Amino acid sequence: MKRIVLGATAALAMMATAANAGTLDDVKARGELICIVNSGFVGFASTDASGKWQGYDIDYCKATAAAVLGDAGKIKYKPATGKTRFTILNSGEGDVLWRNTTWTFVRDVDVKLAFQGVNYYDGQGFMVPKKLGVKSAKELDGASVCIQTGTTTELNLADFFRVNKMKYEPVPTENNEESRTNLLAGRCDVYTTDASGLAATRATFKDPENYVILPEIISKEPLGPVTRHGDDNWSDIIRWVKNALVAAEELGITQANVATMAKGTDNPEINRLLGAEGNLGGMLGLEKDWAVRAIAAVGNYGEIFERNIGTKTKIGLERGLNALWTKGGLQYTPPFR
Amino acid sequence: MSDATISQSYEPGTHPDLPPPLLERGLIFWVRKNLLSSWYNVTLTILGVWFLWTIVPPLYDWMFADAVVNAEDRTECQSLGDGACWAFIHERFKIFIYGFYPEPERWRAILAFGLMFVALGPLLFDNFPYRGKAMLFSLAYPFIAAWLLLGGLGLTPVGTDQFGGMLLNVIVGVTGIAFSLPIGIVLALGRASELPAVRIICVTFIEFIRGVPLITLLFVASTMLSYFLPPGTSFDLLMRVLIMVTLFASGYMAEVVRGGLQAIPRGQFEAADSMGLKYWQSMRRIVLPQALKISIPGIVNTFIGLFKDTTLVIVIGLLDMLGMGRASLADAKWAGLSSEVYISIAVFFFICCFSMSRYSLYLESKLETEHKS
Repeated sequence: MKRIVLGATAALAMMATAANAGTLDDVKARGELICIVNSGFVGFASTDASGKWQGYDIDYCKATAAAVLGDAGKIKYKPATGKTRFTILNSGEGDVLWRNTTWTFVRDVDVKLAFQGVNYYDGQGFMVPKKLGVKSAKELDGASVCIQTGTTTELNLADFFRVNKMKYEPVPTENNEESRTNLLAGRCDVYTTDASGLAATRATFKDPENYVILPEIISKEPLGPVTRHGDDNWSDIIRWVKNALVAAEELGITQANVATMAKGTDNPEINRLLGAEGNLGGMLGLEKDWAVRAIAAVGNYGEIFERNIGTKTKIGLERGLNALWTKGGLQYTPPFR
Repeated sequence: MSDATISQSYEPGTHPDLPPPLLERGLIFWVRKNLLSSWYNVTLTILGVWFLWTIVPPLYDWMFADAVVNAEDRTECQSLGDGACWAFIHERFKIFIYGFYPEPERWRAILAFGLMFVALGPLLFDNFPYRGKAMLFSLAYPFIAAWLLLGGLGLTPVGTDQFGGMLLNVIVGVTGIAFSLPIGIVLALGRASELPAVRIICVTFIEFIRGVPLITLLFVASTMLSYFLPPGTSFDLLMRVLIMVTLFASGYMAEVVRGGLQAIPRGQFEAADSMGLKYWQSMRRIVLPQALKISIPGIVNTFIGLFKDTTLVIVIGLLDMLGMGRASLADAKWAGLSSEVYISIAVFFFICCFSMSRYSLYLESKLETEHKS
């Protein structure tokens, strides 16, 4: 009996490793990248009129597919809710998670996920109607606040008011939609959630100009891609695809000029990134022109940002923390050498 | 009244039937009797009218009068009218229906949907022309539909991950409904069986299914199964969902049918035995026709519940109509139009479920053989 149990355990363990190792080979054999995405989040993942996925996270899926398979269209999107995303990833039903996921200690260590850096620095903010005349979150003493229950934002809010010795009246809601309705109906003075969410919500108002997002950001929400523990090669690919797009912006490589630059330039770093010198792609187990294909598919980091959530879109987010490190932001990549 | 009317006399039994007095008939009478018969009815009527007056005109204005049907995006919609922005639904209608099903192949989904009614006809109505032959088509229909939707054998293959929208609700719902009834009947008979092995297996299965939420079963099907199957085997996700939904509905169906079986008097079983009928003969000819007739409301109830449960597939990453609606709502071009989306989806589900419930009433009245006291 014991032997059977041991055998079964070993078999299960083997299966688990088989499922966890060699994601790159699996993806290549399948000819398709399975990308776990949000089932609907303004600016980050949504469907268009013909049922095609679009958004900030979707562009990263496309960049990954282009780098790995050479075709940004060979993606199977797997929409996941906040509760199911990690299970889907860990069970091997998806290859990579590009789904505005906050990197936290517990998720990284205890849930056994591998975070591959940060592609969007978010943080919790406040939105108020302009007519209140509030200029700073520190003036919010005694305000009623719409807050989604059971989220980290709820705890951050309590901390913030405690630290600043202010009182507030929580108006608990179940989701973003409910908070939005409450704020519009004047049932709460303030709405708090991630700053990107605030901007996206404000974009859906009839009169967005009558609402302001206060300058204070009270928490850290670094969002980034996630892979399974134990497949380092695949993790490297995801991390460096993300880095390549930041490096491209830094080096002035765009979707439009990447083809010309790939032929060779005077800048050795550009040449290494685009495969004109050395073979960085080969070290990842990819083709030499992996980065060229990714950039050609979706553009550099700045282009992805501006196209989906930037100031020219309805969501209208400033680069802020997500500007390049050379411009006062946090987006930074280790060198390509 | 003139004296002539009063003095008019008739032979006994020849008096013509006169209409009831004006206050005892027609609209006025109906209003007086039903709406104004007492002080509290008067109050309720006034409240009701006031309620309708405050709700209906604004709702009408929002849904129809001020609604916008043609617009490029939400901003344009709002500049054209204050009402509902149906332009959004108008633009997304196709993906709500077909999900990601490739556009050039959508005729196959329409054909499969149309053929479904041809296949259902002989099953639902006993006066269907050429019913016997048409039944054969009904039996073959699941295979024809699978071929049409999935492709192969001359048609372009379409992966099940591209199924979505209403198509997905209908596939999951219809499959569950079609297969859960026979399985449920077998389980119910098994539960009433005198053979201990059969009985224990059926009871265990039914109680297990009824003890676990559908959402858990779906989640197990989508994520846990890959731990149990040999590595490298990939078992189509939609197939897993169909199996789980069918098994789930069968468990409930079995209990509904058992209720019907228990309502059959012992004498009916004994009568069947005394006629020398074998077990299956007595079930098919005597017991089940009566038991199923009693169970119709419960069976249809289970069907309706099952059909609405199909929206749960969103938890395992399949986008049904509701899921497509949510994903579309996240489009910055249209974001914020949730009322329009949810109302449209509610209307769709109402139509489906209401027709099922109407059909069950029709069936009940048709099969009515006893005189109700």
